[in-house]
Amino acid sequence: MGPVKQRIANEDYVTINVGPSHPAMHGTLRAIAYVSGETVLGTDLEIGYLHRGVEKLGENLTYHQFIPITDRLNYCSAIANNVSYEMAVEKLMGLEVPEKAQLIRIIMTELSRIADHIVLVGILGVDLGAFTPFFYLFIQREEIYEIFEWYNGARLTNTFGRIGGVEAPLPEDFEERWSKLKKGLDKAIGETDKLLTHNRIWMDRTIGVTPISADDALNWGFTGPCLRACGVKRDLRKDEPYSLYHQFDFEIPTGKHGDVFDRYMVRMIEMRESVKIIDQAFAMYKELGPDEPLMAKVPKIIRPPEGEVYHAIESPNGELGFYIKSDGTDKPYRIKIRPPCYMIFQAFDELIQGEMISDLIACLSSLNIIAGELDR
Amino acid sequence: MNDWTIAIIKVVFIWSWTLLIATIMTWVERRGSALIQDRLGPNIAGPFGLFQPLADGIKLFTKEEFAPKHAHKILFTLGPVLFAVQAFSAYAVIPFGDKIVINAKEIVLQVADVNIGFLFVLAVGSLAVYGFVVGGWGSNNKYSLLGGLRATAQLLSYEVPLGLAMLAVCMTYSSFSLREISLDQAGTFLGFLPNWGFFKQPLGFLVFLVAAFAEANRVPFDLPEAESELVAGYHTEYGGMRLGLYLFGEYVNLYTLSALMVTIYFGAWHLPYIDMSAYLSPFAYGIASFVVFFLKCAFFLWLFVWVRWTIPRFRFDQLMGLGWKSLIPLGLLNLFVTAFFIQISL
Amino acid sequence: MALKDSVLKVLGKKALAFDETAGSLFVEVPKEHIVACLTLLKNELGFDFLSDLFGVDNSALYEKKKKKKKKKGEESEENGGSVQEEPVPPRFEVIYLLLNLETNQRLQVRIRVPENDLTVESATGLWKGANWPERECFDMFGIKFRGHPYLKRLLMWDEFPAHPLRKDYPLEGMGEERELVYEPEGEGHWT
Repeated sequence: MGPVKQRIANEDYVTINVGPSHPAMHGTLRAIAYVSGETVLGTDLEIGYLHRGVEKLGENLTYHQFIPITDRLNYCSAIANNVSYEMAVEKLMGLEVPEKAQLIRIIMTELSRIADHIVLVGILGVDLGAFTPFFYLFIQREEIYEIFEWYNGARLTNTFGRIGGVEAPLPEDFEERWSKLKKGLDKAIGETDKLLTHNRIWMDRTIGVTPISADDALNWGFTGPCLRACGVKRDLRKDEPYSLYHQFDFEIPTGKHGDVFDRYMVRMIEMRESVKIIDQAFAMYKELGPDEPLMAKVPKIIRPPEGEVYHAIESPNGELGFYIKSDGTDKPYRIKIRPPCYMIFQAFDELIQGEMISDLIACLSSLNIIAGELDR
Repeated sequence: MNDWTIAIIKVVFIWSWTLLIATIMTWVERRGSALIQDRLGPNIAGPFGLFQPLADGIKLFTKEEFAPKHAHKILFTLGPVLFAVQAFSAYAVIPFGDKIVINAKEIVLQVADVNIGFLFVLAVGSLAVYGFVVGGWGSNNKYSLLGGLRATAQLLSYEVPLGLAMLAVCMTYSSFSLREISLDQAGTFLGFLPNWGFFKQPLGFLVFLVAAFAEANRVPFDLPEAESELVAGYHTEYGGMRLGLYLFGEYVNLYTLSALMVTIYFGAWHLPYIDMSAYLSPFAYGIASFVVFFLKCAFFLWLFVWVRWTIPRFRFDQLMGLGWKSLIPLGLLNLFVTAFFIQISL
Repeated sequence: MALKDSVLKVLGKKALAFDETAGSLFVEVPKEHIVACLTLLKNELGFDFLSDLFGVDNSALYEKKKKKKKKKGEESEENGGSVQEEPVPPRFEVIYLLLNLETNQRLQVRIRVPENDLTVESATGLWKGANWPERECFDMFGIKFRGHPYLKRLLMWDEFPAHPLRKDYPLEGMGEERELVYEPEGEGHWT
């Protein structure tokens, strides 16, 4: 069967099937754990339960028709996927997006980053038995959804933006909503911090659990918070600045050992940094007048010139990249999506060898594996 | 009223009372967790959702009684039955008040005043292991088996610190009978501290409290039924009244442990510094002692709920490490210190 | 561009062609030397991070170009020219996306894989992270990677008969169904 089963064929083990439907899973994926006592000898991974042929679909839809499909990749932070795809097409066409649209994109991407990290911290807590921070954080996530709904009508899978810009300015009452949300987020993140970060049981459960060295992580192709937790200070917003990120002042948190605790702390701090970015972006936005253009000059039917391009942004999970090959028609020739958690999940077997079943669940939760992105 | 009638009335009363408390506990758990988690909780079935336990009970009673195809037919039903029987029996020797006088007849508010009271509680309490392991094995399911194994190891390990703490209490009050221990906790010692076990045995209380959490399978020790890891542990395959027996048995166990804690550490029915029997008629005193005892138990029941929704759960090896490497040495230390203090007749 | 020059210097004759679109540099190397080239790029030029690895099926592009050429050829035939037969270019290509962590430069390496010789040497020796992308390439296009530790299908089920991302596979699929045979593998009732 799987490669791990061949490897441990001579040992005494019991097969425990974790998934595809299990209270702890992040989407439909299957981890067949081979367990001896409480120690995991290895896991065989089976993915593809949510494979929808997104790349093949992209070859049969126009560039604009593909935007709603990118929503469904990482559905916890749909806007980041939309923005990444649109920027890739704009790079191919050589479009210059006006400043107001870029600011709106940045604000929305950072809001969706906060939403994604809230999901991770909440679910990590629930999987480890701390049920309460989930509720405190998700109340704030509802407020974020309200902002999204107020912007273009959709809460979860917002088909945000157009190729060349965005479709609408921020709603007029964004300032009040944002200040209310900021206070709520501060309180919720602070309470979660107090409940979890210095809690002895939490620290015992997460510190030293499935660490990974920086070299190993880079070899596997890790990006995003899981890589930053290993101590590698890499963030596409700082290293290959796209859009207007070079104008903002924010920090990149890094961990030390790459264990579950570091991944959790990196995300907690990143939430606060995102709040800072939104503040600065909104201050810049307020200075722009209402007559600024929201979209570049784009023809009604988009026919990019022949060529291929790869563009990546820093999505909440890591480097989300789109490779688009155009043959001059209005439909792309080949779209390849580089999902961040695809490369991370490969390493799961190596991460979990020798740990216990409870650690398997903690590790899986902390890697933020989202099946929509994994399987496309 | 002869003694037989009184005994039967006491048994029936205590049985219904513990069942009532168990059902109310489901309501307290759900509303309490909602309070902690900034949400509402059940509020539709009756005012404040007070009829929710009734609805839950009806649901459990009327559900289809199914068993998995290859489950062991006898063991599958025997597990919850053993567990429930054990849960209800343990309360037989724990007092729930002092004396009450009805029609010039003095009735002790305790079902059976056995003079090896606490040994009985420990012995019956260890039967809980059978409930878990039989249920886990009989389900024919790997997750249930894992849950049953974990429960066995956990319960057996944490009975030792429980016993050690209680042993120290028995040394302090020179008796095994729970009624005598309660009676001994009247008055003060050292001039101003009430004669309660909590002040005489602070370390013992700590050990007992942690071990009680583990014996009751509550977070942070709820690995046997860890939802996100093992689906639902030893009661994965259960539904209907069998599951009802497991769940109610768990709450009755909780009530028994709280009552035990109150009896040996918090002065049972005594109020600090006030001797109620001097101010009240014997009948009213009986009722008052029952009420005071119950209020103290209620505090501990709330403590169990509070802790459940606040802190995460242990990993299994950490749990065992805590039991064997921390609590048992502390319990032994407590024994030695108690013996020392008794020797210098404090 | 400086990057192009340094790549040319390191790879020498192996760099067959360069492409640059919108700031991304593509270099084509021969299929047989891919691992050697990747090793050179990794060790000498510091491209030590493999971002992604995937395949492209160019058959539809060639069909279109052939049609255009045929049309042009017919027109020129009417004008008195001759039709030339072009050799069929390799159908597939595999693209490796590399990243230099120090200088933050990206480089795309391309190899062409003809339909009659679908084996490529695996890059899992250099990067552990090439494991699943190569499996997916095999799953979607049928390109086999020699030396891969476990080359089985990843996203589709193991016995799926076709390679879905090829251009001749229709979008609606061909109605394949999976026969679910439940075998507890000799462990009795436990699975």
